[in-house]
Amino acid sequence: MSAATTTFQVAPVPRMLWAETRAKLLSRLRSPAFSVLSIVLPTMFFALFYGIFSGQAGSHAAEFGKYILATYGTYAVANVMVFNFGIGIANERGQKQDLLQRATPLPGWVATLAQVIFSLVFALLALIVLYAYAFTVGGVRLDPGALVGFTLRLLLGSFPMMGLGMAIGYSTSANAAPAVTNLIYLPMSFISGIFIPLSQLPSGIQTVGKLLPLYHYSQLPLETVGQNTESLGTAALWLIGWTVVLFALGLRFYRMDASKKFS
Amino acid sequence: MEKVVELIDAHKRYGSVEAVKGVSVAIEQGELVAMLGPNGAGKTTCISLMLGLRKPSSGQAKLFGLAPTDRRARSLCGVMLQESGVPGTLKVKELVDLFRSYYPNPLPAERAIGMAGLEEQADRQAQKLSGGQLQRLYFALAVCGDPQVIFLDEPTVGLDVEARRAFLESIRSFAGEGKTIILTTHYLEEADQLAERVVVIDRGVVVADASPAEIKSRVLGRRVSFTADRPLSDADFEGLPYQNLEVEGNRARLLSNAPEALLRELFRRGYDIRDLQVVGADLEEAFLDLTRHAEKETVA
Repeated sequence: MSAATTTFQVAPVPRMLWAETRAKLLSRLRSPAFSVLSIVLPTMFFALFYGIFSGQAGSHAAEFGKYILATYGTYAVANVMVFNFGIGIANERGQKQDLLQRATPLPGWVATLAQVIFSLVFALLALIVLYAYAFTVGGVRLDPGALVGFTLRLLLGSFPMMGLGMAIGYSTSANAAPAVTNLIYLPMSFISGIFIPLSQLPSGIQTVGKLLPLYHYSQLPLETVGQNTESLGTAALWLIGWTVVLFALGLRFYRMDASKKFS
Repeated sequence: MEKVVELIDAHKRYGSVEAVKGVSVAIEQGELVAMLGPNGAGKTTCISLMLGLRKPSSGQAKLFGLAPTDRRARSLCGVMLQESGVPGTLKVKELVDLFRSYYPNPLPAERAIGMAGLEEQADRQAQKLSGGQLQRLYFALAVCGDPQVIFLDEPTVGLDVEARRAFLESIRSFAGEGKTIILTTHYLEEADQLAERVVVIDRGVVVADASPAEIKSRVLGRRVSFTADRPLSDADFEGLPYQNLEVEGNRARLLSNAPEALLRELFRRGYDIRDLQVVGADLEEAFLDLTRHAEKETVA
């Protein structure tokens, strides 16, 4: 064979992207514990809080329902992002999947994009379960237009949480990742006013909470139900800032990990 | 012939350790090459450099004349690594389909699965495969893209005799299609059976690069061992045709390309000899001999 006969070709990106995304979804759906935790837990929290407090809300019950739909929707999507990226990446590294993949023609950015799409689909599943409960058993009402906006904001606003997950996934071992992720995500949810409205928390916590990405993130869906405490523009700016910071951190940890294995 | 893989005076340093110290190897289309060496010799590092998994500290690595990280070059390569993993909950068929998607003109999935002999396990999750089956899965993933060259890093480690035989058969049939195969092994027998060319690596340098037969012929022909009637020392063998002498009390082991002359002279000098053995040196002996020479040079 002469040099001229080697024809260089590469596989089309959409085919790789579809196969990667599909593989990630299949793999996750076969790990029921992880799936149930991500998809069902936010709805369980919603049911619990709604059951306890909607009675006390009296005439405001409908507003209360929308409020916690927004905060648990935030919780649900952020949860999927932080855990999928955090524990998912740490596991892939732990099982050395990254080594073999690195030697294939699959570009790294396609794998990352597949992880983003897969996580968004997974988050949407969690939201659908939450909506199903809230709209039937919970009796929450949201008109279709508002629901679409609500959902889109939750999905698009989740990028800082992906960055946080990446930072955790590339800096912790597979064994430590679940603990580290919970240790960061649960207190952050509390301080950001996800479980209890920020206005009802001590002022010190409020000050800290208003700096955190999850607080600003929750403002996006809260705005669609008219219960936001800061303007959409301000929240968006904060989220863009946090996206830059957390992705930079994630990228830094990625490079540190890669330089150990691949330099 | 076209150069598929090329290392040009490649060095690789990890911190204070230099794992590869100036390796130059060019491998052409259709060659079946074994990189042979003891553990820690630098074989895996050489493969990593060829694949672009590691960057040379100095020197160059090329794949099909391109940088090894180039997707166009990668699309012509299949890889089996010593340490790697796949998502355990995916089934064999699903993993093969996933890896097929990375390549421009993949083989049909059934064909790749068949080449690896995994037809019966096609619907089994990777985490439920035995060690040998998992190794065959990695082989299926390496060949499913219909690559021009496959890299196999210690492909038969941990396999039992039967699994190893089946595996070597798969590699041979793949080679029969005119593909280039580069494998690392520390099993001399494997290199001897499989490869047309053996690159012996020791302590980060190439100490030999030839056919298995040439490597065997390069060492002195016979392994001679015997017990004498009195304690022996190097001086007793002065002027005799020998190499690699080991004496321990009355016992001597050596290599010689003229064992008859050597023994005749020993009898003439009045030694009484028992437990005499004269056997042909195999590739193992050749290998030990080659690496021992390299050691002397390193020391000197």
